Amino acid sequence: MSKLDINKIRSDFPIFADKSLIYLDSAATTHKPKQVINAISNFYSNYYANVHRGIYELGMKATEAYQSARQNIANFINASDWRSIVFTGGTTESINLVAYSWARKNLKTGDEILITEMEHHSNIVPWQLAAEETGVLLKYIPINTDGTLDLSNIDKLITSKTKLVSIIHQSNVFGTINPIKKIINHAKKVNAITFIDAAQSIPHSHVDVQDLDCDFLAFSGHKMLGPTSIGVLYGKTELLDSMMPFMSGGDMINSVTMTESTWNDIPYKFEAGTPKIAQAIGFGAAIDYINDIGIDKIHDYEQSLLKVALEKLKSIDELEIYGHQTGENGAVISFNLEGVHPHDLAQFLDQDGIAVRAGHHCAQPIMNKLEVSATIRASFYLYNTEEEIDKLCASLRKTQSFFN
Amino acid sequence: MNELQELYQQVIIDHNHNPRNFHKIKHPSHSAKGHNPLCGDKFNIFLTIKDDIITEISFTGSGCAISKASSSLMTEALLGKTVTEAQKLFDLVHNMVTTGLANAKDIGKLAVLSGVHKFPVRVKCAILPWHTMKNALDKSTQTAITE
Ligand SMILES: Cc1ncc(COP(=O)(O)O)c(C=O)c1O
Repeated sequence: MSKLDINKIRSDFPIFADKSLIYLDSAATTHKPKQVINAISNFYSNYYANVHRGIYELGMKATEAYQSARQNIANFINASDWRSIVFTGGTTESINLVAYSWARKNLKTGDEILITEMEHHSNIVPWQLAAEETGVLLKYIPINTDGTLDLSNIDKLITSKTKLVSIIHQSNVFGTINPIKKIINHAKKVNAITFIDAAQSIPHSHVDVQDLDCDFLAFSGHKMLGPTSIGVLYGKTELLDSMMPFMSGGDMINSVTMTESTWNDIPYKFEAGTPKIAQAIGFGAAIDYINDIGIDKIHDYEQSLLKVALEKLKSIDELEIYGHQTGENGAVISFNLEGVHPHDLAQFLDQDGIAVRAGHHCAQPIMNKLEVSATIRASFYLYNTEEEIDKLCASLRKTQSFFN
Repeated sequence: MNELQELYQQVIIDHNHNPRNFHKIKHPSHSAKGHNPLCGDKFNIFLTIKDDIITEISFTGSGCAISKASSSLMTEALLGKTVTEAQKLFDLVHNMVTTGLANAKDIGKLAVLSGVHKFPVRVKCAILPWHTMKNALDKSTQTAITE
């Protein structure tokens, strides 16, 4: 096992005071350390005020904390300019922002958007709607049944018609880490805009937007120890500058007359209304927490958990694991147990205090490809332990024998 | 035995493994598809109704043990019943899986589903085939069946 001070980490999370909880659903959302909860509570208790408005002391303090969260997040993904960080409600909103403010304004009949069959619904549906409205063709990079992308025809899929390529970095179903740099490079050859759905990768590994050189990238705070209802759209500044606002109202304008308005600078242009101040401060505290431990150490620890989990799960008869056959994978495992429907199985695991996800994981195209209606998904984070994997396996065996 | 094992007792496990009337009827007078998009459960219910009596009933599809056993038990319970009796049984089952209350005489073998009410997220699994059956009764789909 790669080393983390797991007892110290677990003691930071109030939820784990309940010793019977085995939480294996971090790909859906993660628990929060007290450092994050306290940062939010401290803001509300001690310096709560609106930002960008008050001339008074409290307002300045709040503005400072809000801005420093943004800088913190910019540093975390190595963005060279904090103005590239737009606060949104989450990955879903980030994708929609680009689908409305960029795709609908820049695409026309004859153009193509390319995504993959591996996407979360949130990286499918906004493009479907935009494509329908603009007469654009939506194409898919196919997946193999082993949970990897089939890139054999990438040169035929990315052509001069391709204007946008949007790809999931790490699969929320298989854990597969896609070769996005390679795909981004292909897209660049035809000057297509690139969008990375990093909701599942950024919480678990070091992602560097300058190195990737993608145009847009999105992720969610709640999947990385932060609060709900906050996420990020990273965008290259010149692109963001060229775009129309998504939502409009207060905070996002420079001047308003009865007939027209001029837009505020980026990123504020895309942040209409009173911002998500408490959420941003909480998100900043989550990044601090991760930085204090070190994202690379977290990554290594999760990789060692993954290795153990795969080994132990594979020793269970008639348990089928999807993916994890080749390449690099995150600590997310989808599987099925022969003869026990995933919903029944999840219910029996729950009886033993084990929280896993059963269902299609918002990725129905994948389920169709695997020809299953649902899978069980166990996903891990820095607070999980090998002992929890043992308990999962014991509960699986027990349920298996009950059903057979 | 805990509440969960009580629910998944022998009858449910048995009907899950060996579902009764688990096939297509060639020329049903009534049929409907039931789908729970949240969990992916999918069932087809087929009925032949002659002179107001259910003379044939069957199902196909896939889902969890609760939904499959409920489908299987339903086909057994409804065979030979009138349409009015079927509607009445729907109401009784609906009431039972949401409240746990049922009159043993009216409900018979279906009582094994009563434990579902302790697991609110699973109520929809138990009731899906019954809703599908009701939809089939409400609307004859004779012409919609293509083979
Ligand atoms: C890969 C991926 N993309 C997008 C999302 C959507 O994120 P959110 O619900 O935070 O907007 C998720 C969340 O499940 C995800 O796993």
